[in-house]
Parts: sequence; C-alpha cells; structure tokens
Amino acid sequence: MQLTTLLFVLLLLSSLAYYFGRKRAVSVSGGEVKDLHSRPGYYGFYTVLWCLLPSLLVFSSWLAMEGQIVTQLVVQDLPEQIRTLPDSQLSLVINDIKNTANGSIVSGKVNSDIEAAVSHYKSLYNTSRAALAVLVLLVAIIGLSISLKKISPSQRARNAVENILKYLLIACSTIAIFTTIGIVLSVLFEAIRFFQMIPPIDFLFGLNWSPQTAIRADQVGSSGSFGAIPLFTGTMLISFIALLVAVPIGLMAAIYLSEYANSKVRAVVKPLLEVLAGIPTVVYGFFAALTVAPLFREFGTSWGLEISSESALVTGLVMGVMIIPFVSSLSDDVINAVPQAMRDGSYGLGATQSETIRRVIIPAALPGIVGGVLLAASRAIGETMIVVMAAGLAANLTANPLEAVTTVTVQIVTLLVGDQEFDSAKTLAAFALGLMLFVTTLFLNVIALHVVRKYREQYE
Amino acid sequence: MNNNSTPSVEDRVRASLKKRYAREKRFQYYGIGAILISLLFLCVLFGDIISKGYTAFQQTYVKLDIYFDPALITPEGQMDQNTLIHGDYSGIIKQSLRDAFPNVSGRQDKRKLYSIVSNGASHTLRKKVLAHPELIGKKQSVWVLADDEIDMLIKGHISRDIPEEDRRLKDNQIQWVDQLMADGRIEKRFNTTFFTSGDSRDPEMAGILGAAAGSFYTLLVTLALSFPIGIAAAIYLEEFAPQNRFTDFIEVNINNLAAVPSIVFGLLGLAIFINFLGLPRSAPLVGGLVLTLMTLPTIIIASRAALKSVPYSIREAALGVGASKMQVVTHHVLPLAMPGMLTGTIIGMAQALGETAPLLVIGMVAFVVDIPGGITDPSTALPVQVFLWADSPERAFVERTSAAIMVLLGFLALMNITGVLLRKRFERRW
Repeated sequence: MQLTTLLFVLLLLSSLAYYFGRKRAVSVSGGEVKDLHSRPGYYGFYTVLWCLLPSLLVFSSWLAMEGQIVTQLVVQDLPEQIRTLPDSQLSLVINDIKNTANGSIVSGKVNSDIEAAVSHYKSLYNTSRAALAVLVLLVAIIGLSISLKKISPSQRARNAVENILKYLLIACSTIAIFTTIGIVLSVLFEAIRFFQMIPPIDFLFGLNWSPQTAIRADQVGSSGSFGAIPLFTGTMLISFIALLVAVPIGLMAAIYLSEYANSKVRAVVKPLLEVLAGIPTVVYGFFAALTVAPLFREFGTSWGLEISSESALVTGLVMGVMIIPFVSSLSDDVINAVPQAMRDGSYGLGATQSETIRRVIIPAALPGIVGGVLLAASRAIGETMIVVMAAGLAANLTANPLEAVTTVTVQIVTLLVGDQEFDSAKTLAAFALGLMLFVTTLFLNVIALHVVRKYREQYE
Repeated sequence: MNNNSTPSVEDRVRASLKKRYAREKRFQYYGIGAILISLLFLCVLFGDIISKGYTAFQQTYVKLDIYFDPALITPEGQMDQNTLIHGDYSGIIKQSLRDAFPNVSGRQDKRKLYSIVSNGASHTLRKKVLAHPELIGKKQSVWVLADDEIDMLIKGHISRDIPEEDRRLKDNQIQWVDQLMADGRIEKRFNTTFFTSGDSRDPEMAGILGAAAGSFYTLLVTLALSFPIGIAAAIYLEEFAPQNRFTDFIEVNINNLAAVPSIVFGLLGLAIFINFLGLPRSAPLVGGLVLTLMTLPTIIIASRAALKSVPYSIREAALGVGASKMQVVTHHVLPLAMPGMLTGTIIGMAQALGETAPLLVIGMVAFVVDIPGGITDPSTALPVQVFLWADSPERAFVERTSAAIMVLLGFLALMNITGVLLRKRFERRW
C-alpha cells in the first residue's frame, strides 16, 4: 500500500473516530448531555487522539528502521564474495541494488547475484510495507475501541484532551532545542572524524589549502593540505569590506529616517530598503558576477589597475549592500529607544540637531549599534550564495582586495556539491569548516544579543 | 553693550553659527546620500536584471518547408506508434535545410547549416507526426525553434562587428540567417517553452517549470510542517510556559537559530536527514525539512508577537465565564492572532523560497530534465536553477537566468504583498 494512501485511510479512520466518540458519549449520557463531564465533542477528540497518536508513532518508527533492517537482510543473503567486500564497495553494490529495484539506471552491469538480491530486496520491501499497513491500521482500531470503551459520563475527557494538547505544544516548542543539538552533533561528529585524519593544529594554523586528494597514492600532490588560514583571512577580508559599506550607509540612513525624515518619507523609504533585504542572495550573486565584476575590471584596466574578475572588493561591495537594511533597521530600533528627554536636554543647551545626534544620541545608542554591527558581521561571515558566485575558488593568502580570495562558505559548497564519498577527508573537511562557521557565528550572536538586551534594559 | 577686546560668548556663538548650520546641512545630506545610494543600487539591480532578461520572453523560430519523407519516418511502411517515435526526424530537417540552401557543400559547411536549427526541432516534428500521422508523405511549412546562437544574433546580443574567429557564429551562418530573414522565415514569438519545460543543456529548450515545481513541493513540505509547529511552539511559549530556565533555554535557542547561517542547516540536513535517516538526496522532502527548521524561528517570533498583541482583557473575560486555559487560547486568542501569524508565515515562506545555500548542500543542484511529480522525485528549486544557469557558459543562458530571476522576484513580491494586504485587512488595533 502506498504511504500516502495509508495516511489518508488513517485520516478517514480518525474522522470516523470523532463521530463514534461523540455519538457514544451522547448515548452513555442517555440523551442528557448536561450530565456529561465534558461537552460531547471532547469525547470525540479523545477518541481521535487515541486512534491517531499510537498509530502515527508506530508508523514513523517503522519507517525510520525499515531501510536499515531491509538492507541488513539483503546483505546477509548476498553471496559470500560480495558480502566480504570492503565497506565502501559493499555500499556501492547496495546502492546498485536499491537503484535497480527503484527502476533507475545503475552504474555497474547487473549480474545474476545482483538480480537475485534485487528481487529479494523488492519482496522484503513489499512485505515490510504490507506489514506496516496492517500494523498501523490494527493499532489505530485497537486505540479506537479502547477509548470508546472508556467513555462514561464521569470521564474527564476535556482535561485529558487538553493535557495531551499541552504536551504536543511543549513537544513543538522543544524542536528549537533539538535543531540546535542536531546541528552541533552533525557538524561535531564529522569534524571529529576529520580531526582524526588531519591534526587540528594543521587545520587551524596551516597556510596552505588544497583539498584535492588524489585518486592514486603516487600522484603528485596526493596528500591534500587542509590549512584553513587562507579561508579565514578571505572570509574576514570580504566581510570587512561588506561592513565598511554597510555600516556607514546603514547607520546614516537609519539616523536620517528616524531623526529627520517626516512620516511620509519614512513610509515610502523604509519598505524600499526592506526590499533590499528580501531579494534572494542568489540574485545578488548573479548581479555581482555578471555586472559589477566586469564593470570594475574594465574600470581598473582604464586606470592601469589589475582587478581580478572575482575580486574580494566586488564581492564585499555587493554583500555590503545586501546587509544595509539589516544594519539600518537594527540601528533604527536602538536610536528610537533613546529617550526623548535626552534630545530635549541637548536642544535646551542650544545644540543643533546634528550635534545632538553626534554628541548625545549616538554615544547613548552605541552599545545597541555595536550589537547590530556584530549581528551584521555574523550575517556577512555566514553568507554563501554571493561569495559562491562572485568570489574565487582558489585559496589565496592575501590582504589585497583587488585579488580573488575564497571563503569558508565557498569551500563548504565546493566540497559538498557533486559526487562525494562520505568518509574522505575532503568531504569531512566541509563539516570541520561548518563547525568553525557555526561556532564563530554563535559567538557573535550571543555577544550581540546580550549587548542589545543589556542596552534595552538600560532605558526601560 | 560689551566693548571689551575679547568677543563676548554671544558673539562667539553668533560667529560660529554659520559654520554649525553648514555642518548641520552637511550631516543631513550624508543621510540623504546614504538613502539615495541604497535606492540607486536597488534601481540599478532591477534595471540590470530586467534589461538583461526581458528578451528571454521571446524566442526565435525558423520556418522550414518540411517534406515528411516516408523513407525516413517509416522505412518499412508501418504506421504503429513505435516506428513513428523512432523516425529520423533530424534527417528530415537536414534535408529541408539542404533544399533551402542547395549551394552549400562540404561537410563542415553543412554541419554549420544544420546548426541553425535547434536540436529540439526534431522533437517538434515528432509530436506533429504522432498527432497527425496523415502528414507523412506531404509537404508542410513548419515553424521550428532556432538554435540559441541564432536567437542571440536576432536579439542583437551577438555583435556582427567582432572578427569572425572570435565568434561562435561564422560569417556564412549569418549570411544564411539574413537570407532566411529576407524571406520572412524568421520570427520572434512568445517563449512558451520557457514556462512549460524543464531544464535542458540547450538554452532554447530550457524552461523553469521543473524548477518551479520543485520549489512548489519544497514549500509545500515546509508549510505543512512549519506552520502548525511554529504556531504550537509560539502558543506554548506565550500562553502556557512558566518563567523558568527551561523556557529561557528554548527562547535563547530560537533567537540563536534565527541567526545561524543557512548553509549550516544544509550540513544538518546532509548529516541527519540524508546520511542518518536515509532519505533520498535531491528530493523536495529533504529540502522542505531543512527549510522548515530554518523558517521556524521566523514564524515563532512573528506568531508570538501576534499573540502578544491580543489584549489581556479578552483572556480574562473568557476565563471569567468559566473557559479553561486551553479553551481561552483555542476559542478566543488564536482566532484573533491568526492574521498576524499568517503574515509571519507568508514572510517565512518567502524567505524559504529565496533560499539557495542549504539546497546546494543536500544535492538539489542536480541536472533535472523531468518535471518532478512528488516530494521524493529528484528536483531543483527556482533559486538553484538561477545558480545553475548563471554558471553555464552559453550566452543565451544569461537572459534566461535574468528571466528566471524575474519570475522568482515576481513570486516573492506576490507573497510579500499578500502578507501585507492580509495584515492591513485583518489587523485590529486595540
């Protein structure tokens, strides 16, 4: 049975459950609905929950285990010479079997052993799905009948339903925690495997990055070197240029909008600035690579400057524009939070508006602005598409913004896009870089959020 | 008043006023300048994309006099489906091109001649014959797709002034095209292929429907998961959660997740959903799961703000007539906060639609010709298609990339406007 059909049947069953539960509640009350503890609908929901929750639990855990168990069983029945292959080759064979079973094209040629395994796989798979359908429906029906039996006028159906609902709400709100744990575990484990191959010192302080590991051992440059310093400097160079663009422009725009502009101008300009933030970064990347970069190169040539077509300058510039609205809206918030009394005090002493802004408002808002800049920096460091499309691929240890540099995110994408084997240092390096990225941005975010919160409290 | 040699404070202030006012004006101009620079960039960006991309909505077609030669389509005279599908349609096209330009000789020149017409032209003929088998043996004028280089020439993207050796299109090809044009055999039409087909290596046959369908399924998964989960989490945190360390921890997590780079979510998807749970690579299902985790913070934060804006008196009134806490929320607070939550969700979805980096990591960058039909089929998404086409060397892909960006931006604008209108229409000020 198709999974969607099964889910659909389950849904149908649960609506039946509502109907039966409600009806049963009315009938046990003997027509006197007011004698029931809860309103009849709650008894209906009670039955639905009993019918749906256990069966969905069975459904999802079955699906989670199914793949591994079926593969195990298929591998056990493979002939001796295939079963004893090294792990990497065995997984290729298993992939072939799965692909053939799903009707896609396979890489290797199909021999009789594989064919037998394919039919075995198919039959196991079908059995598993059939068993799943039977089991899930059985669980649903058992749940339904148990809950129907339990219905009585004194039963506190509403409390039970509300309790379950509350636990569901709690479960949903903990997903944020599980996501964080998931991120940490997934990058940490692979990073640890990477650090078993490459010592952390070489990674963190190495000056040479060329992750291409050779296929043959005797090939030139077969070792591959994983010194990440060029990536870190490249990331910092581009982010620095981006902040150099975004912070003055964003800050001045925010100051003008919150201190000088009348409400009409604000109502038009603010949403337009937000549009800059809403444009997908891939569009900025395209714009940077195909329009801005050639323009700068031509401009540079006419001045006798050698500007690379993947220069850090162009990438940083475009990225800076992308984070202008980010800086301006955060600064806008903190400037608006400065109490009016401080402005009035300054005006009372005869200061002009710009003097008030420069001598009173900005110093007062500085912690908040710094927090905003830190958040913007974390945004710039983690930004991927603009750099993937407009920055270079080759690791280049330089501080010259006219040359091409590469960044951490560019390398993660290049290492992971395309064919990959999961246990090579090359792939695992991406996770080690991911770990660095996550830790850095987390650090910046925590500090920034802390600073901003502290600042808000100050004026509340 | 004061006749001392040192100027009084008032005079000093007066003397400096001009300077101070000038500085004041300058400061204002800086602010206006900053805003103008941002808006100028916005205009240049849009102008650039539109000027590059609007030509992609038209496509060059060539009219050929086609003789549906039975010897090439059904060499053995059978008329069954299978024979018709495998007929030599490119042979027919080559024949008609040779007929149109009888004085072209030599292998190289002939190959150049054949390359005027797109590889997809034989497809057009096949479809025509399958629909009307009676055409076989007859002669008919058929409009077929021109090759992308010809298309670029007609649209003026390839300059005729470049020396011949620097052009992919040679002089004699241009001559043929001019001749065809003079005969009225070249025409620009609305580019339906762009909206009805999947990706292709040939720019003239490439379309965005496959990517759009991929985006649609991905967003469907994202919406189906993030909307209920996000709202449930917001309700718990805003209405039920006690003020304790656990709740604080959840809040810190949500705030941090909102600022984690999107590519890190891609790494999570690769490690957990694909390698650990064994879900298929390149599938909208995994893309949707990853984007769900990514948009959840946005939706939760917006939903909490919406819940917060419902005045407390409503809760008290409901509690006063004997409603339980859960009834207060589901019967009164939730319906009142729904418009704000929907707006937040739409904005989150718009973010998810534009997101590219995590999809690259989970393998939604494959070259997918077929239009995906479900959440487990391999597919790409609109922004990924933009990325893929931007990388392609053919000149014709530039305009297609820009056109795809326009479509993407169109969808985003539509979603954001819907969100804003929804808020305007249903928002209540208490």
